[in-house]
Amino acid sequence: MAEKVRDAVIIGGNRIPFARAHSAYAKSSNQDMLTSALNGLVARYGLQGQQLGAVAAGAVLKHSKNFNLARESVLGTPLDPKTPAYDVQMACATGTEAIGSLANKIRLGQIDSAIGGGVDSISDAPIVVTDELRGILMEANRARSLGARLKALAKIRPGHLAPQAPGTGEPRTGLSMGEHMAITAHQWGITRREQDELAVASHRNLAAAYEEGFFDDLVTPFKGLTKDNNMRGDSTVEKLAKLSPVFGKDLGEEATLTAANSTPLTDGASAVLLGTEEWADEHDLPKLANFVDYEQGAVDFVGGAEGLLMAPAYAAARLLKRNNLSFADFEYFEIHEAFASTVLAQIKAWESEEFCRGKLGLDAPLGSIDRSKLNVTGSSLAAGHPFAATGGRIVATLAKLLHGKPGKLGFISVCAAGGQGITAIIEGR
Amino acid sequence: MAKDSYTHFANTGFGRRITKALGLPQPAKLRRYSPSGPLIEGPVVLLGATEASDLIAEHLLGWDLDVRRHVGPKEKVAAVVAVFDSAHTPAELSETVLELGGLLKQLKPSARVITVFRNPAHTEDPAARAARKGIEGLTRSLAHEMRAGGTANGLILHEDLATAAPSVAGALRFLLSGRSAFVSGQFITVDSVNGALPEDWTAPLSGQVAVVTGAARGIGAAIARTLYRDGAQVILVDIPPAGEQLAAVANEVAGTALQVDITEDEAGQKILTHAEQHYGRLDIVVHNAGITRDKLLANMDPGRWNSVIAVNIESQLRMNRAFLDSELFSRTEGTVGPRIVSLASTSGIAGNRGQTNYAASKAGVIGMVSAASAQLAARHGTINAVAPGFIETEMTAKMPVATREVARRLNSLSQGGRPEDVAETIAYLVSPAAAGTSGLTLRVCGQNLVGA
Repeated sequence: MAEKVRDAVIIGGNRIPFARAHSAYAKSSNQDMLTSALNGLVARYGLQGQQLGAVAAGAVLKHSKNFNLARESVLGTPLDPKTPAYDVQMACATGTEAIGSLANKIRLGQIDSAIGGGVDSISDAPIVVTDELRGILMEANRARSLGARLKALAKIRPGHLAPQAPGTGEPRTGLSMGEHMAITAHQWGITRREQDELAVASHRNLAAAYEEGFFDDLVTPFKGLTKDNNMRGDSTVEKLAKLSPVFGKDLGEEATLTAANSTPLTDGASAVLLGTEEWADEHDLPKLANFVDYEQGAVDFVGGAEGLLMAPAYAAARLLKRNNLSFADFEYFEIHEAFASTVLAQIKAWESEEFCRGKLGLDAPLGSIDRSKLNVTGSSLAAGHPFAATGGRIVATLAKLLHGKPGKLGFISVCAAGGQGITAIIEGR
Repeated sequence: MAKDSYTHFANTGFGRRITKALGLPQPAKLRRYSPSGPLIEGPVVLLGATEASDLIAEHLLGWDLDVRRHVGPKEKVAAVVAVFDSAHTPAELSETVLELGGLLKQLKPSARVITVFRNPAHTEDPAARAARKGIEGLTRSLAHEMRAGGTANGLILHEDLATAAPSVAGALRFLLSGRSAFVSGQFITVDSVNGALPEDWTAPLSGQVAVVTGAARGIGAAIARTLYRDGAQVILVDIPPAGEQLAAVANEVAGTALQVDITEDEAGQKILTHAEQHYGRLDIVVHNAGITRDKLLANMDPGRWNSVIAVNIESQLRMNRAFLDSELFSRTEGTVGPRIVSLASTSGIAGNRGQTNYAASKAGVIGMVSAASAQLAARHGTINAVAPGFIETEMTAKMPVATREVARRLNSLSQGGRPEDVAETIAYLVSPAAAGTSGLTLRVCGQNLVGA
């Protein structure tokens, strides 16, 4: 048995530029993109021929033929084929969960090195046939005679043939994520202007980070794309104010969620290299930060008791308590911008005495978050949000921000479909 | 790379007859280097019986070559090494020269002629200098006369240098081998006893760490592959937008990819930091990255002029300052220190219409290496330049067909070179066996008729 918990060191990361759906990567598969992200990581850190402890990655929109997506992608890289790989899936928290669980394995002494990541493609999403047609096809498949097979197939009606693309609707409520968020945003009284300001800050921060070369060792181009193509460094609150709301139409005049303060559907992939201190040293690799701890959360959103994307608010309270920390202890905050209002609702909740006492069972509010420490190199509103790839983007970015600041802490919050979410702590070194 | 259909055709039986009958250029299939292949196959004839030539014979015999002082009249010859260090007047050249002439019709395809003589600049005696310059002249002319992929080059020795010096062996071996396939009519100077011969000639860069800029494609990618093949660990540098190709080449050569724009002030430091982190040393720098922004000077705009100067020469000067200031790039083993090779161009030697900016930058490179060799010498290091002529790359594939076809044939080998030819020359110049050669600009151009 391992005697003590070891540090799980974040060595570095790589992602391909994120692309708005049906643009630069329209003809790329999940496996193409994940392989490319891994290849870039292997090239950056000279991992050719190395056998790693594990590779864990996933995709939210995934065809069943990609049952071994991570493993098949690893086999397409110069990594030693004896590197085990497995798929993870936890909606938009997939990447963060993959990285967090690998960090735990490293901490426990089960593995010394790992890559965690994720990929998603809206452009290459699996198209599914209707349940009715699937039933008929399965019946025909089971039929033992030609007659029986034809009889089964004769049941097909034109209406059965309409393909069903996967959506971001919640199966239990029938509402899209945006509609859910619109309700939560309205409940928390989040204004249109606040959301637009957050969106503009995201674009400007991301553009400034690119400008200063921050992403030179975090991003490797793919298919001719060199930067996230959703980024609009010149966006202004005035420009965004002209857009009409796209979610919360039932709210009429009070609807606030627009295409600009909601993340667009995006294609992309990311990967993060983790290891023990010793493994990093033996391989002459940098040690950017430690992955300290992470906490999952889930809320009862189906009956409307809590907002769909509010789980990180709860997970944060438990994570901070377990680590004896408060928000004042953090240097940077990376709160995934599923929608601008997702970030703002979480922040308002943590500032709210009523929420923190009533829902989190605390004596006092968790406190406010210094905006100058929030998403300082941009987040999903600007970069885009290829669901499973966002975790890898955030972890690698935050690790780089904290590198050279030993002991300084960074906080991560990622919400996910199904009323779930993850929060995590990273420590610079 | 554009396909050279003409060379392919001229190397078929029918094509050979036709091109010969019509007096068209007859580009041969050049003998190129392979680590598993022989250094050179067939007799190597050594002319000029002096102590210097005896020491050269020892090098050649040490490589198990079939070294001869004489061959029969029907025998095929792979190479002739003509040692002239006893010639003090032009009149004294004749015996060895005519002996050499008598062997030319016996040369095998891709044969080598190497003239060896003392540096003309090192004698104040007019007759001696005339003799030495005379050898240069005859070597250049002979290079034009060589057939079937054969080349003629000179080895210029420092006045007092014994031919036992490792770098004399290194230069001879380079010139005899397929590594120098596209080098003809050129001179390699050896100035010092610095250098070491490798334990294993198939891995002369074993244990060394090299950085190659502009490594994502073309000549840069070929350099990375060649240095890797020769045993080096390679750091591949290119601008961030070239990252996808850069990663692919890095993965091919088990290297590390570093996305950085070399015109950044911090580029040199970033390379040093990367080398320190991943390898703990840096032995070899290859400044390959370069751009062209062609325009007649009358129409030149600041953007075109300044970007070419910034990328092709200013960045190198700045990075070299950073490298030379660092501990990491001052490692010396015996008499072998750090090495730098820069890409110049035949445009920088002969000039080229529409390329005032490019030629200024590339001539600048030639100036830089000649001036910087003293700085490198202080740490047993070397700095040299390689000037490619017409090389078959993605860049030259974009030339108009007729222009490209003319450019290809305008050299003594009647064909374009390959990126590997440039890479082989660089791999030689950065090897420990070339540590006695510095400040040189070596052309890899098949003896391009432009600016000879």
